[in-house]
Amino acid sequence: MTVTATPVREEAVPEPAAGRRLIDKVFKARELAVAAVLLVMLGATQLSNTEFLSEQGIKDLLLNATILVLVATGQAVVVITRNVDLSVGSVLGISAFAAGTYLQDGGSSLIAILLAVALGALFGALNGALVSLGKVPALVVTLGTLYIVRGIDSIWVGSQQITADDLPNGFVDFGHDGIWVVPYLALLALAVLAAVGYYLRSYRSGREMYALGSSPEAATLAGVPVRKRIMTAYVLCGALAGLAGALYLARFGNVDSATGSGYELTVVSAVVVGGVAFTGGSGSVYGAALGALLLTSINSVLPAIGVSSVWVTAINGILLLLAIAVDRILALRVAAVLRKQAAQLRSARHA
Amino acid sequence: MPELTKNSAVPELTKHSALARFGGAVRWDSAVGALLLVLLICSFSFVDNFGNALNLSFLIGNTLPIALIALPMTMLVISGEVDLSVGSTAGLSGAVMGALWNAGMAIETIIPICLLLGVVCGLVNGLLVTRLGLPSLAVTIGTMAAYRGIAQIVLGSDSVTDFPTQYLDFGAGRIGDTFIPYALFPFLVLLAIAVVVLHATPTGRSLFAIGASEEAARFSGIRVKRLKLSMFVTTGVLSALTGVFWALHYASARYDNATGLELSVIAAVLLGGIDFDGGKGTLGGAIAGVFLLGTLQNAMSLQNVSAQSQIVVTGVLLVISVLGPRIGRQVAQARARRRTAAAPPPQAAPST
Amino acid sequence: MTHPEPETTPVLALEGVSKSFGAVRALRGVSLRLYAGEAHALAGENGAGKSTLIKALAGVHRPDTGTVLLDGEPVEFHGPADARDAGVAVIYQEPTLFPDLSVAENIFMGRQPRRALGRVDHASVRRATADLFARLGVDLDPDQPARGLSIADQQLVEIAKALSFDARVLIMDEPTAALTGSEVARLFGVVRTLREQGAAVLFISHRLEEIFQLCQRVTTLRDGAWIASEPLDGLTEDDLVRRMVGRDLAELYPKQDTRTGEVALSVRRLTREGVFTDVSFDVRRGEIVGLAGLVGAGRSEVARAVFGVDRFDGGEVEVLGTRLKPGAPSLAMAAGLALVPEDRRAQGLVMDMSIERNIGLTGFADTTRAGLMNRKAERSRSVDWAVRLQVKYARLGDVVGTLSGGNQQKVVLAKWLATAPQVLIVDEPTRGIDVGTKAEVHRLLSALAAEGVAVLMISSDLPEILGMADRVLVMHEGRLSAELTRAEATEESVMAAATGRTNQGSAA
Repeated sequence: MTVTATPVREEAVPEPAAGRRLIDKVFKARELAVAAVLLVMLGATQLSNTEFLSEQGIKDLLLNATILVLVATGQAVVVITRNVDLSVGSVLGISAFAAGTYLQDGGSSLIAILLAVALGALFGALNGALVSLGKVPALVVTLGTLYIVRGIDSIWVGSQQITADDLPNGFVDFGHDGIWVVPYLALLALAVLAAVGYYLRSYRSGREMYALGSSPEAATLAGVPVRKRIMTAYVLCGALAGLAGALYLARFGNVDSATGSGYELTVVSAVVVGGVAFTGGSGSVYGAALGALLLTSINSVLPAIGVSSVWVTAINGILLLLAIAVDRILALRVAAVLRKQAAQLRSARHA
Repeated sequence: MPELTKNSAVPELTKHSALARFGGAVRWDSAVGALLLVLLICSFSFVDNFGNALNLSFLIGNTLPIALIALPMTMLVISGEVDLSVGSTAGLSGAVMGALWNAGMAIETIIPICLLLGVVCGLVNGLLVTRLGLPSLAVTIGTMAAYRGIAQIVLGSDSVTDFPTQYLDFGAGRIGDTFIPYALFPFLVLLAIAVVVLHATPTGRSLFAIGASEEAARFSGIRVKRLKLSMFVTTGVLSALTGVFWALHYASARYDNATGLELSVIAAVLLGGIDFDGGKGTLGGAIAGVFLLGTLQNAMSLQNVSAQSQIVVTGVLLVISVLGPRIGRQVAQARARRRTAAAPPPQAAPST
Repeated sequence: MTHPEPETTPVLALEGVSKSFGAVRALRGVSLRLYAGEAHALAGENGAGKSTLIKALAGVHRPDTGTVLLDGEPVEFHGPADARDAGVAVIYQEPTLFPDLSVAENIFMGRQPRRALGRVDHASVRRATADLFARLGVDLDPDQPARGLSIADQQLVEIAKALSFDARVLIMDEPTAALTGSEVARLFGVVRTLREQGAAVLFISHRLEEIFQLCQRVTTLRDGAWIASEPLDGLTEDDLVRRMVGRDLAELYPKQDTRTGEVALSVRRLTREGVFTDVSFDVRRGEIVGLAGLVGAGRSEVARAVFGVDRFDGGEVEVLGTRLKPGAPSLAMAAGLALVPEDRRAQGLVMDMSIERNIGLTGFADTTRAGLMNRKAERSRSVDWAVRLQVKYARLGDVVGTLSGGNQQKVVLAKWLATAPQVLIVDEPTRGIDVGTKAEVHRLLSALAAEGVAVLMISSDLPEILGMADRVLVMHEGRLSAELTRAEATEESVMAAATGRTNQGSAA
């Protein structure tokens, strides 16, 4: 990348382009860094346990990541608009149960999935309406809907349980099979991820989500329909949580009233580890997906290298703290570099 | 004397604020207090077994963990921050307590160690927030997982139950046949201290100022970072104390003790009228919110309302508690706009 | 050449527009007509209502009464998007960019050229941006993020944005405040071209010579009211100032002569990397020292570092012989220093708190007994100062945000004067307040100096600096560029030092 326009400035002094390129690098490098950590981790595990990356091993890794990747993709969109959705775990649980109940009564698999997506979108719309119309902090509202949806789920489910035996074979097979090592579920998640990523990059409304997360005031002045975009983000997030619920059902074949509880924290961790900043406007769904892949892979790596699974929670937490701390330190460094360059530019003008 | 300074050039202002006062006469925290009172009266009258001393002591004992953490959480939220790791800190404190007890240490040594652990947990949160300038929400989501994970590493899936009887009695017992649990007394002392600190000391004033406008507080010479750090540490210590109490009250130290407690505390505090954006609220309101939720849950259980329905009620109350005041404010603002638009233009500015 | 009111219909006009915020009446029956091919200046002091007027034109505020006319037809803008679609481009004083997005995206947000299936055509966004920059003669990279751009560069991005949709009306709110001379010249070139192509321009600047350079017609506001709309031909700068101020300047700047005493504030080689460099000066008791310079020259930053809100990298600050610890405002206060900050809404006051509590924030040492607040003492301290400064309020418990700008500023002053400071730094003490209060504040500063307080006054209001200061320090791009005595200080000498054109006066 070079400075393209012909310099017309009289003060022909070095532009602080290096600093800006540094910013660029830092933000683009985030996805690369997560991917690198992931590969090193998987590689090292493979060295110590050659069984790890067997055909079944890879398949398990991908299967485990699928659901988190989907929910993290939706969450990333919400976080990019400078909001958050804590109700995803509850929405996942209730959608999974809804799809299961429908299938139990002999419904078709496709409609079950659509049903779960629609239910998720409905709860997403509720969140979006409360956040964008009520102008209430997203954290509090979605904390409330976390309770509400979980409660409705629990009342509905009661002590019932849906098991794989209640489900049509085709649906269960869909949750396990795949093309060579790549499960159908992972392909579906990948397709969704690519679609959302493409939407955010290549459509005006997608760009506007970044804009309003980056600066809500500037977005209003630029005529961005702020409420509508926030609403879209929440509906998308809810729909993906619903889809994840249906896939959860297909993958595990087992749903009860506690399905998905506490999931919101894992999702938020994945998104933040993947470089989507809480302050909005930056990061990408690809990063969030990589973050999700990293977190679920840790779950598989620890037993493979003989570490007790009690370490998983602590490692997830520390990883999240590391991610935000490193982000912050890098941002401070970049700011310092820019400041110094501005000063040099000024003294160059003086000379 | 304010009367003397009233100026004929500002009648509009006077009228305006008089109306605002009238509208604000029903304060949120008083409303929650009144609601608690009404709920108590209804429960005493209509709910069987609610009024007996044993049930009341259960109600209080089960609400105490939330109430204890609500004290520092109220101050933290008023100063514009939040701590989601309180439940995990309590769990970690309980797990360490169990592990050390298993290792044969005396409980008199263990409890101070647990409190010290609370200091450390609070320091980690506070330093990450004040030194690195990270959002407390993100930091404490991280430490929430980290502390819970460490608790799991420390104690595994064991549960420790064989603490000394006199301590277990203190944690679960009540005075004679009255409704008063022993543990209520230390809580009342802490409550008194917290009320005084928040509402009658420079520290409290500063917390409100920081929450309402951190920058203005800094420009007023308030040591914002130091205060925030000390609030995080206080929250850590009281969470650890709650963890000890939890283990004794339920006679069981497990790594997953007090899971989800942070959500109950925050829901109760917000219900009590503490503004999530900081700068507004009273400790009385927060405690009323805590006991309102506790009483509601207790009464509903006695009425055989399922625990699940209680969750829904909590959620709905939480959403209403944040939505209600805002909608009220928007309506009031819209009204004020219409009024000023309709008002006749004032005389020209006083000439000089 | 004269410019009579053109016969044609104005492109954009306001007729009898009023707008209030709570008790503050920002605009009262103001009319303004913008014609194609004409640059129209909007003059008025800070707080006269210029920004509110712009926001009414831009669809940010809806007028309480009166109408907005587009091509003679009444319109109602429901938001900035409506105004933009009508061809009204606004460049605000503070650039409003998306820091995380690229410069090109910033310019075309919501209006990106699209390919098939509604996809954004990133390549042509970039190309169009490069074209715009070429037209402006700017060498910015369309791909770089807006974060980290200097204010001048951000301003240029805003201008490119306005250019990008061929605005019929271009509104510029003090666009030159942070620009250097050559940047201003280039901006004016662009604006002239636009005007010749038939755009209507509304221009706001505090530099009167710029108004005369660029504009054909001027509308003056005072205290939210319309004063005059007239051609600039035949007007002098003095005429314009008289319309803006509405009184003799001498009355507005009641500077008493005082005897100066010992050095109260001494700043030596103060440096904060990338912000200001090697700043040294003294302020003596009984003296008002003005600190002038362009916006962004580092004046407020020096004040913040001296007071301890920001840290500094090198140098030292002494107040009455006590060396201050960097980054510790509470110690600076104890040493006798007070800072009335630049932005009273964000820095000076806690807007949601009462007058009493706001004044009380600086006086905990005086209003506590055994660690507890003494409410009576707190109240009487606040009443005392509110009355002394003649703050107009209904009740001391009223929220500060309900007061008018001038009264808010008096509360900030009360808050700090209550600490009995020996050294008082005031940053833009009269920005955005009415003329009457302005004179009161000036009288107050003058009286304080007479009592032996050392006053450092930062101001962008040149007449204020010239009218009030015993000595004028001028900053340019982070350095002190001149120190002028009251006799040496003129509009020309201060502006020259502020824009770094010459080295007039003795460099500090």
